[in-house]
Amino acid sequence: MDEGNKKWFSLGLGINRKHSKASACQKTSGCCQSSKDENPNESSLKKDGFDQVFELPMDRRSAFKKLTASLLIGAGAASTSCSFFAGDETKEKAQIEWEEQFKGNYKLMSDEEKQKTVDRLVRSYQLRTGKTINLSSKNAEEDVLFGYAFNISKCKGYMDCVNACVEENNQDRNSQMQYIRIHEMKDGKGFNFSEADDNYYHEVPAEGHFYMGTQCFHCDNPPCVDVCPVEATWREDDGIVVVDYDWCVGCRYCMAACPYDGRRFNWSKPIVPEEDINKNQHYLGNRVRKKGVMEKCTFCVQRSRVGKNPACVEACPTGARIFGNLLDPNSTIRWVLENKKVFRLKEDLGTEPKFWYFMD
Amino acid sequence: MRRLEVFKSLLKDSFEIITQGSKKYHLWMAFLTLLILGGMYCYSIQIKDGLSVTGMTDRVSWGLYISNFTFLVGVAAAAVMLVMPTYVLKDIDFKQAVLIGEGLAVAALVMCLAFVIADMGGPSVLWHMIPGIGVFNFPSSMLTWDVIVLNGYLFLNITIPFYILFRHYQGKKSKKRIYVPGALLSVFWAIAIHLVTAFLYQGLQARPFWNNALLGPRFLASAFAAGPALIIIILAIIRTHTSFKIEDKTLKKIALVVTVAAQINLIMLISELFKEFYAPTHHSESAYYLFFGLDGKTALLPWIWTAIAMNVVATVILTFHKLRNNFKILFFACGLLFVGIWVEKGFGLIVPGFIPGPYGKIAEYTPTAIEIGVTLGIWAMGAFLFTLLTRVAIGIETGKLRYNKN
Repeated sequence: MDEGNKKWFSLGLGINRKHSKASACQKTSGCCQSSKDENPNESSLKKDGFDQVFELPMDRRSAFKKLTASLLIGAGAASTSCSFFAGDETKEKAQIEWEEQFKGNYKLMSDEEKQKTVDRLVRSYQLRTGKTINLSSKNAEEDVLFGYAFNISKCKGYMDCVNACVEENNQDRNSQMQYIRIHEMKDGKGFNFSEADDNYYHEVPAEGHFYMGTQCFHCDNPPCVDVCPVEATWREDDGIVVVDYDWCVGCRYCMAACPYDGRRFNWSKPIVPEEDINKNQHYLGNRVRKKGVMEKCTFCVQRSRVGKNPACVEACPTGARIFGNLLDPNSTIRWVLENKKVFRLKEDLGTEPKFWYFMD
Repeated sequence: MRRLEVFKSLLKDSFEIITQGSKKYHLWMAFLTLLILGGMYCYSIQIKDGLSVTGMTDRVSWGLYISNFTFLVGVAAAAVMLVMPTYVLKDIDFKQAVLIGEGLAVAALVMCLAFVIADMGGPSVLWHMIPGIGVFNFPSSMLTWDVIVLNGYLFLNITIPFYILFRHYQGKKSKKRIYVPGALLSVFWAIAIHLVTAFLYQGLQARPFWNNALLGPRFLASAFAAGPALIIIILAIIRTHTSFKIEDKTLKKIALVVTVAAQINLIMLISELFKEFYAPTHHSESAYYLFFGLDGKTALLPWIWTAIAMNVVATVILTFHKLRNNFKILFFACGLLFVGIWVEKGFGLIVPGFIPGPYGKIAEYTPTAIEIGVTLGIWAMGAFLFTLLTRVAIGIETGKLRYNKN
């Protein structure tokens, strides 16, 4: 909410910190409503005018008391004053919600606009829970194209990747949404997906079976991107296919278009217990979603763009999962592609997945 | 200025005519209102809890809403089968029936849009689709094509009859050079809404059941059978309940259209069945699921076989002139055909496209009560709108509604 850079849709609901007594009161109300650990967050924001005085953590309590007392006398009605104060955070929330509702498509935003929406989302989370998240809007690096390889010989079906993925990516716990599916296949039947079981509950590795994982393959020619009516999903420059959860209208056309079962829909409001939320987030990655939007594997964009492996790769106890930069000739993924006999699924569809399978 | 005056008076008169009527009319409208309210209640639950209240899942992600949408696009396009003989071929005078057909198209399109909105996960951000304010992924996404053709067709079907009725309301003749170009355009447009809607599915390499060159043409054939069949039934009802004159030969002519379309539809069905079952491939699994069930999962079997039986019986009845020219049998056959095609499109087209899933998983779909409630509500809304439109149109055409200069 940069004051100098207001959009036509800005409501300007009394959260203008620059002038008026109301803005001074607003901070006192902040004290009255939310827990104290909000203070450090608060002070990280720019303050001026009354805020600088009232914002000092030490002063807040006494200032609040004084102010309340004087107002009690002045207004003669505690309830009136309280509800008046209570309005300020609500107003800020309303303002954020309003601006979020009418913001544009992330894909088309400038870096500055990306930063602004990220700031709004962080603030909104603070207002709602009193906690701070680290939300990134880091763009794709140059000369990076992510690719993934899966070693069928090594996978034993432990599903540690699935659990790590769910925890890393804040997926809905109620519906038990999972981006990764591990297909348990019978030996001697080849890659027979229709006879495979992707929902097993028994000890692994099961006798006479082998395992094969699928997830979003981040196609270089992704059919899901073409069909989206609002360009809410696209291929980033580093090859990751992402979704702007706030731009998605929830028509699920992409889901119908995906030949790899790579997309998931939030049929209800996703529920993640507050203490389980991974607070290291990316706008295009694992930030908490809302109901009625698509989501999918993003190769853990919040990790991969800072040089880490996706959670599934890190969690895999057998080393069946290999991730890396396809443009880096020294990367492991390149070694696999050059030295192993790799193949991809449904290559005849022309989707060019960046996900290869191989065997030792 | 004068036009505005006339328009105001038209609105006033229309309001009067739609709020007054026989007991039967009031009962009918009350019944529809009840269904609409029920639908709204169900939709409010869906808004609150999300689409999880429907039977749709990640495995079968489109269901009753999109099925009905697809079917209704066909009904909307049916108006063209009345427009063409009247304005293009100048074969027979359907003019009065055309107004009804166009009213039906408007109602069907409104239902289409309502079904699409009901299916959306985020109806509050639908403005993202509006060109200019949002981002319109044209021409890449077939859904944007569909938005254009559906709204364009809606526009044509509102403006043409409105112009004609507006002139007649003032006791003037409508000028051919004004509305005939629009009518001509709407003929091509009707075919476009069909093909584009078929392309929506046909263009997905992920779903072999839809990725089939016959899908578009078969859409057209079934639509030109189901739509005019419904029009015949509606005209029959209007004929008996109002003073609006519809001649026998009009009904007979439309019946001929229905017959030919139904026959072509069956031929295409045979072609499809041959392809799927003579040399079945991995891609025939959806068809196997639909017609015979897979792995003991047989939810669609009763529906599809009922639909095929209805289609065949109706087509056979219609094929014999003697039977077709007997109105009682004709109406029965039309009803059979309409329901048959609705079931076939509704259950036999969208859902099996998702079954088995991309990796062969067979997860079945059953609509929930809430989903059915919303669907009924939208159908009732369409019927409500159609009743209002025809009531005004008939009022004007029979001369009951006239602009009174004083």
